[in-house]
Amino acid sequence: MNFKFALFFGLTVGMAASAFADKAVEAPGGKYAKDAEQMFRTSFKAENPKYWMTRLEQDETMKACQQYRDNPPRKVGEKLEKLNAATIRYPVEGKLIGDWKEGEKLAAVGTGGHIGFIQPDPAGKLRGGNCYACHELAKKEIAYGTIGPSLRNFGKIRGNTEENIKYVYDKIYNSNSFTACTNMPRFGLHSWLTPEQITHIVAFLIDPESPVNKD
Amino acid sequence: MIRRLMKTLVGAAILAAFAGSVAAQDSKVADELAKYREALADGNPADLFEVKGEGLWLEKRGPKNASLEQCDLGQGPGKLEGAYAALPKYFKDTNKVMDVESRLVHCMVTLQGFTQAEVTKQWYSKPGKDSDIEALVTFVGAKSNGMKINVPATHPEEAKMAKMGEYIFYRRSGPQDFSCSICHGQDGKRIRLQDLGNLTTKAGAGEAMRTWPSYRVSQGTVWTMQRRLIDCMRQARWPEPNYLADSIIALETYLQKTATGTVMETPGIKR
Ligand code: HEC
Ligand code: HEC
Repeated sequence: MNFKFALFFGLTVGMAASAFADKAVEAPGGKYAKDAEQMFRTSFKAENPKYWMTRLEQDETMKACQQYRDNPPRKVGEKLEKLNAATIRYPVEGKLIGDWKEGEKLAAVGTGGHIGFIQPDPAGKLRGGNCYACHELAKKEIAYGTIGPSLRNFGKIRGNTEENIKYVYDKIYNSNSFTACTNMPRFGLHSWLTPEQITHIVAFLIDPESPVNKD
Repeated sequence: MIRRLMKTLVGAAILAAFAGSVAAQDSKVADELAKYREALADGNPADLFEVKGEGLWLEKRGPKNASLEQCDLGQGPGKLEGAYAALPKYFKDTNKVMDVESRLVHCMVTLQGFTQAEVTKQWYSKPGKDSDIEALVTFVGAKSNGMKINVPATHPEEAKMAKMGEYIFYRRSGPQDFSCSICHGQDGKRIRLQDLGNLTTKAGAGEAMRTWPSYRVSQGTVWTMQRRLIDCMRQARWPEPNYLADSIIALETYLQKTATGTVMETPGIKR
């Protein structure tokens, strides 16, 4: 099995797709994938500092997800899920559930990390989880998106067991551990959120006192 | 033009009413609509851009003291009807697939004698600093109203550009693992309260592309498609692309090809 190589080279993409896809779908770009990659990479302003440009690098997961239009065949998906699960790191003290009040703030913050020269975020701007962009959470916040499922009453419905706490921590740290190529970002993997911040958001989802689980 | 705007507003109101199934949402929706109405009170602000654009098209300017009347936007020199709807397009004289903005810049350089840097310095407006390009694109866009978007991408270079656009559309990268497809690849989704069309279908791409260029109430100006897509890349947390970059033109070709057959109605009016 040579997925790894297939993932790296546009030319082998078509072959890999027909060998493994449940229903063969052409990889985006078709025979022009390699040209497209080069064209994309050279489309950015020369003034972008190098450390911004590294944001264009793709890891194995990103490449595979692109290739399969975020719908990888199960075999590939399983492999990516294992790979991603292996990246999860836990807070030093080992406690996976923190303070829901901190978590509530972090879940709502949608700014941070915007770069470029037109409208960048100021340096040091708090980066949040931006969970409301995609999920319904506390009842009182009505400006929520629908890219992900509703998480209202998540703790009430799924319980505040050790197992569920770990599941939510792992999901936020690296969403692809469970669902390869999900639309949900991998917050811990990219150090977008620290392990401690993740424990607070876990509390926001699970704690019975959290507005997610009240009313 | 006011009638056109009224239609858009009624559409927005209906859409908003559907989106606002939760009672509390109504106040936010009402705020948005109030802003639209405010914009309407002085006429569609984008109409001014259209008038200014026409002036810029006709005026003799630049070192060569020439107008843009001989500019070929793909339908022949000076032919504006349906030109926007058929862009991006392959041009023999430059051996490139060009969109409306890169072609206008090309004309300002070749016909009027401006330098590329001069013309693109103010490619989008800032408070107190208008952009000629926004005005020209609004003018040219309106000349395709009532016509169908027509980018079949049959020329091999156009077909290649459309494919490369598709590649970029699905390309995931950055600290949020984003691609265009994450936000625009499914039907009926929204991010916060903003509706996101499915740009991979004719219906979704058509609904979006038919309205560009658009007046953005929150920005107080017209946005061109280059501006729209460069801002989406900012939202994706990527570095900033060059204005008129091939990757933007490739995305436009992909989207216009997908939207082909949809009747244009510009300038749109957006949040
Ligand atoms: C860009 C959109 C997006 C953002 C932002 C996002 N998610 Fe998700 N999330 C999804 C999608 C899509 C799913 C469903 C697919 C899956 O399970 O990965 C999901 C699933 C989940 C699940 C699993 C639900 C279940 O029933 O098991 C949890 C828990 C979750 N998200 C929490 C969060 C939290 C907390 C945040 C903020 C730190 C967040 N998400 C931010 C898109 C997003
Ligand atoms: C993080 C989410 C996100 C990403 C990633 C994203 N966009 Fe957008 N896009 C938006 C939002 C939000 C809007 C504005 C919708 C509104 O104001 O109602 C938008 C608007 C648009 C529109 C105009 C739609 C219309 O109906 O007028 C187009 C076209 C578009 N995006 C294309 C793209 C392309 C191409 C990419 C990839 C380079 C991309 N977007 C990436 C969020 C995103």
